[in-house]
Amino acid sequence: MRPLIVIRHVPTIDFMRWRFFGFAFSLALTALTIGLFFTVGLNYGIDFVGGTLIEAKSTSGPADLGAMRAKLDALHLGQASLQQFGSPDDVLIRLQQQPGGDAAQMQAVKAAQAALGPHIQYRRIEVVGPTVGGELIRAGVLATVLALAAILIYVWFRFEWQFGVGATIATMHDVITTVGLFAIFQLEFNLTTLAAILTIAGYSINDTVVIYDRVREDMRKHRTMSFRELINLALNETLSRTILTVSTVALAVLSLLFLGGEVLKGFSIAMLWGIVIGTYSSLFIAAPVVYYIQPNRRAIAKEAGRRAVGAER
Amino acid sequence: MLYFANWKVLLICAVCALGVILSLPNLFSARQLAPLPEWVPHKQVALGLDLRGGSYLLLEVDVAAAQKERLTTTIDAVRNALRNARIGYTGLDVQGDAIVFTIRDAGQFENAREALAKIDPDLAVTINGSGAGTLKFTAVATETQRRQAVEQSIEIIRKRIDETGTKEPTIQRQGEDRILIELPGVDDPNHVKALLGRTAKLTFQLVDTGVTASEGQRGRLPPGDEILPAQDGSRSGPSSYVVRRRVMVGGDMLTDAQATFQNNEPVVSFKFDTAGARRFGDATRENVGKPFAIVLDNKVISAPVIKEPILGGSGIISGSFTVQSASDLALLLRAGALPAPINILEERTVGAQLGADSIHAGALASIVGVALVAVFMVLFYGLFGVFADVALFFNLCLMLGALSLLGATLTLPGIAGIALTMGMAVDANVLIYERIKEEVRGGRTILSSLEAGFTRAFGTILDSHVTTLVAGVLLYWLGSGPVKGFAVTLSIGVLTSLFSSILVTRLQIVTWFRRTRPKLIPLE
Repeated sequence: MRPLIVIRHVPTIDFMRWRFFGFAFSLALTALTIGLFFTVGLNYGIDFVGGTLIEAKSTSGPADLGAMRAKLDALHLGQASLQQFGSPDDVLIRLQQQPGGDAAQMQAVKAAQAALGPHIQYRRIEVVGPTVGGELIRAGVLATVLALAAILIYVWFRFEWQFGVGATIATMHDVITTVGLFAIFQLEFNLTTLAAILTIAGYSINDTVVIYDRVREDMRKHRTMSFRELINLALNETLSRTILTVSTVALAVLSLLFLGGEVLKGFSIAMLWGIVIGTYSSLFIAAPVVYYIQPNRRAIAKEAGRRAVGAER
Repeated sequence: MLYFANWKVLLICAVCALGVILSLPNLFSARQLAPLPEWVPHKQVALGLDLRGGSYLLLEVDVAAAQKERLTTTIDAVRNALRNARIGYTGLDVQGDAIVFTIRDAGQFENAREALAKIDPDLAVTINGSGAGTLKFTAVATETQRRQAVEQSIEIIRKRIDETGTKEPTIQRQGEDRILIELPGVDDPNHVKALLGRTAKLTFQLVDTGVTASEGQRGRLPPGDEILPAQDGSRSGPSSYVVRRRVMVGGDMLTDAQATFQNNEPVVSFKFDTAGARRFGDATRENVGKPFAIVLDNKVISAPVIKEPILGGSGIISGSFTVQSASDLALLLRAGALPAPINILEERTVGAQLGADSIHAGALASIVGVALVAVFMVLFYGLFGVFADVALFFNLCLMLGALSLLGATLTLPGIAGIALTMGMAVDANVLIYERIKEEVRGGRTILSSLEAGFTRAFGTILDSHVTTLVAGVLLYWLGSGPVKGFAVTLSIGVLTSLFSSILVTRLQIVTWFRRTRPKLIPLE
């Protein structure tokens, strides 16, 4: 049984030629992210800033958002945001963090439920008080930073430091621009988003490591080839793998996005963006960075020689 | 390459079979599994609250509030101690976490220190050069109180929740002073929250008929008395009472409490233990004709006059109850008082309908995702793609089996983790196959191409799995709730896919090679 589709030849794309476009694009995107982060800010979910989230389903036909909003506004609970969520019967209601500590949040929910009256089924109610909100954001950011650090330490151990620098820059780039995606489209940033970001970091590193592995191998194989050509060769040799892997992961993520329900939507969007940007950064950031801080080719070649001898024994 | 030791083949097959067997129970409902013999595995993947519906509550035991209350009751002892030792003082009060006071005479600092140290070994005395002093709980005492308060609270909360008839509640300590409660199947936690929000400290105290509440409020409160408000909604009576601080009998001496009716009105009947009955009997005998207050959480429920000594150790609390509030109070009294007030920090409730919808959507997305990946692999790798798909199938079984065996909880993000792992698991196959293709193009023989494909790709595969595992473990360690569920499936998936995509794929390819002795590798 033969495959139906075959990528027959190793392509000869000059990736390195596009490195300046890559740098410019990434710098612009990073600057935009940082700018938006400090001006507009992120649309933090209640996991981080506290407050209340209610997913309600009207049991008497399509939900009347205007009427519901009027009922909630009459309670003076600060700005209430209502949004259709999935089907026309479903509404997602967000209440701001109420002044007066943890107990005040619970009272706000009670008041809201009383105001909205009957004919409403509560599918989900989440209340996060001010005490926990602060902790969740700290723990979440700590987890992300630690995981990034641990992954990078591993790369620095396995490779020469120059590769470590390249992997660090590429991964930071992916994490920052994913945050940027959430800032640009004002998608809700919550704990699940942090999980997505960590997964993206892991995926991006994977991709970078595969390419670096090949760069190192080619450094041993082709000792006289120019480093620019060598990087291009490594990228082209691994290109079919890169495309196939991105495709399989994308298939899984796309089915989550379209079939996985509203709750997973934010996560799936982040993941989809992450695998695209992670692949892009391996090709156009991680590889060129190593070009500029060239690892010691002679040392790597020598090490290869030792390894070969060791392997033969 | 060609040689696979028999024991290895057996081991790989055994692990795969185990995965299938352990994951099988998940295809059936618990009811279908129940009548099967004992040797059939019954363990299923536990569903998180976001999938089965239920309430999650995070509580905080307010130890500081309990300490403050204890300090307030200690103030009388401080006053007496200083008075008995004839030491002049001013500004005796509770401020923050300490009792503060100022000793007037510099010569008496040492005496004051001695007198105050005897009051309570848990309290540390400090008096500075200008006579300003504090009484504070020592660090050791605070720690002990915190531990005891949290342990007792958990016990009492469990009793209260059990009485409501909630099935399989999870109640566990988290961190220093937090308690996490999971109530599967509870759509509306308001009743539970109302029950947890009350300390339910019941006391019987004599009413001081010598002073009225308004006189007391104007500052003419006799020492040893306190003013307590009447409970809201109480029948026409005073809005507050002056009562003796000394407790005649407390709720801790109750053995039973039940909601019943008296004159067609809901009331709560109670029964004291032997010691409580004796104390209640003595107290009522000495105070016939006087009123006593029934105090719940520092509010007076009612203040009946003692008509005759109550010697049987049982009685009735009346005070404008509804049927619900009477049965709630009886429940709270049976379960006992909380040692400290409890604050609700976080609440997450998912309705059963949303849970079912989530399972449905998550399962559909995973199945479609895996199917798409499987078709994709066959399109691009033909027979070898089928091998990869077989490995993928066992990977899925092993994941489900491991989750079932470990009793791990599957959440909606966890399902996303499974779908994602399936997409990533074939990366190992892609790496191996691409490598084999390259080696074939490089002019190697079939056998050595296969060999080189596996050995050369292994380092890269290991690297990529380790990095993902690092992220997964840290997410598990620091994450909470559904995110933790994601970390679990991601980490388990990384481990099982390392096994399946390398060993299971390789075993198939070796078997295929031995049987058919191909001249060409069907990758191009």
